[in-house]
Amino acid sequence: MPQHKSHVHAQNSYILDLEKIAVELRQDVVKMLLSAGSGHSAGSLGLADIISALYFHILNVNPKSPNDPQRDRFVLSNGHTCPVLYAALAKKGFFERSLLKDLRKIDSPLQGHPHMGSVAGLDFTSGPLAQGLSFAVGLALAGKMAANLYRVYCITSDGELQEGAVWESAMFSGNKRLNNLTWIIDRNNIQIDGYTEDVMPLEPLRAKIESFNWHVLEINGHNMEEILSACDLAKNILERPTAIIAHTIPGKGVKEMEYKFEWHGKPPSKELAQQALQELRTLEGQIESDYD
Amino acid sequence: MPLMEFKSTREGYGDALDELGQSHANIALVCADLTKSTESHKFAQHFPEKFIQIGVAEQNMAGIAAGLASTGMTVFMTSYAAFNPGRNFDFIRTQICYSNLNVKIIGSHAGFSDGGDGATHQMLEDVGLMRSLPNMTVLSPCDYWEAKKAIYAACKIKGPVYIRLYRESTAVITKKAGPFEIGKWQTLAEGNDVCIIGHGPVCAEALLAKEKLQEKSVSAQVVSACSIKPLDTDCLLALANSYTKLLVVEEHQKACGLGSAICEYLADKHPVKVTILGANDVFGQSGKYHELLAKHKLDAKGICASVLELLEEKNST
Repeated sequence: MPQHKSHVHAQNSYILDLEKIAVELRQDVVKMLLSAGSGHSAGSLGLADIISALYFHILNVNPKSPNDPQRDRFVLSNGHTCPVLYAALAKKGFFERSLLKDLRKIDSPLQGHPHMGSVAGLDFTSGPLAQGLSFAVGLALAGKMAANLYRVYCITSDGELQEGAVWESAMFSGNKRLNNLTWIIDRNNIQIDGYTEDVMPLEPLRAKIESFNWHVLEINGHNMEEILSACDLAKNILERPTAIIAHTIPGKGVKEMEYKFEWHGKPPSKELAQQALQELRTLEGQIESDYD
Repeated sequence: MPLMEFKSTREGYGDALDELGQSHANIALVCADLTKSTESHKFAQHFPEKFIQIGVAEQNMAGIAAGLASTGMTVFMTSYAAFNPGRNFDFIRTQICYSNLNVKIIGSHAGFSDGGDGATHQMLEDVGLMRSLPNMTVLSPCDYWEAKKAIYAACKIKGPVYIRLYRESTAVITKKAGPFEIGKWQTLAEGNDVCIIGHGPVCAEALLAKEKLQEKSVSAQVVSACSIKPLDTDCLLALANSYTKLLVVEEHQKACGLGSAICEYLADKHPVKVTILGANDVFGQSGKYHELLAKHKLDAKGICASVLELLEEKNST
């Protein structure tokens, strides 16, 4: 995004900070999944950069006033990737970091899929795919009805788009011109049974979403500048809602897992977790960046 | 019976919602392309800024309702019971009940009251679906006034409520005045030989059955169990103490409706014989409302016959 380069360059230290946070989130994800003994590795790691950008730059949320009616709302519709969200909420200060080791443990607030209000800052419930987008649409609509200027961000996976209900929500928000809604699609090309284009092809995805009257952007979902620029641009698209197709690598950051659909719903073994943490540590500060 | 007024429960809902719109600033209505036939049009016309037309998309409707409710609104979500909760059960379960959000789910045209549309548009499984959900309250009013009061009561409590409504204009058998409380049943007619417990407009059939039974010197108590969840357990225990046999009548599958709920409770606390009249593991079909009630022995004649059978059994044992 050359037109934003000078702006970004002038403040590139925060880009590096966000990249560093993304690495830390990945480290937390690996530790949490190892401790839980079950969970979803690929999507959680793949979303770390976007979650870092949202929680540490884009979203107007504050752990000191988690129920502020003016706060931006975030909905993670592909709830199985919640480890990376929990890691971000803890890092942001919504709850104690020590809770992270209790992911998926009995009586823990950190359920295997997000449950609204189980910890501060968690504004939605998700798990069964396609529901989060409709919930986000309700939030965006409520904002319009109350003339409240908060923005709503919703992440869905790509396999999730095979659910018909997603398109009910897409049709509704396109027609209502919900310009306060940004829909980020984690386009990592995998789902449980294989690659999306083998299981049930989604392409041409951009054309599909555009035909529902959305403004569509496509980005590299691991490039911090592109994530920030796209979310920024979405705020200025007034005539329709914006969808950002974020091309990501499932398992990003852990070589053994990258690109492999087999890691959709598996936690790492102890050995792999150790190796992954080693890898992530050496990556720290060395994540690819034009301004490094 | 003396001259009676006939009005539908869906009208009771529509009138109550329209009134609540005046007094409650925070109500929103979402509807899936059935505004007029669910009697939601008055509210929609008077409060267009709080009415959201969803189109034919019941799942999206439930998710949107949850999103709206999470910001503090009281949201009424309306369609036919066959689709809401029939079509969107998973969204109701996860987005509304698990999150315990303030959404009032209105399922109209329930039971056999579908205007001849047939099995696809009738709904005989909704009570089972809804009463099995944690956090959910389930109400099935017997007439216009009870429906109106049920809507007011649902609006007063926080959390999800399912209200089952009927298309048909049926006898108005309760009064405008008089209390209504969630968790409390209403005795429509006193008696002392047998007790008929119903929900929905079949309660009017039960009252007609009571008249027929009187001719045979049988005195039947008739109870409207509008509050299916929570049950009125005080009333139910008192009934189980007074009668050895109860007859439950409902426009619902015999499995998992009010009768089942009563059996679940009494089997543990105070076992008595319970006979359930309802759809016996079969789908409905097209036909006039009263023909369908008669076919499933839910009309006055069928209820009367069942009561006499029940008493016969009692005398022979």
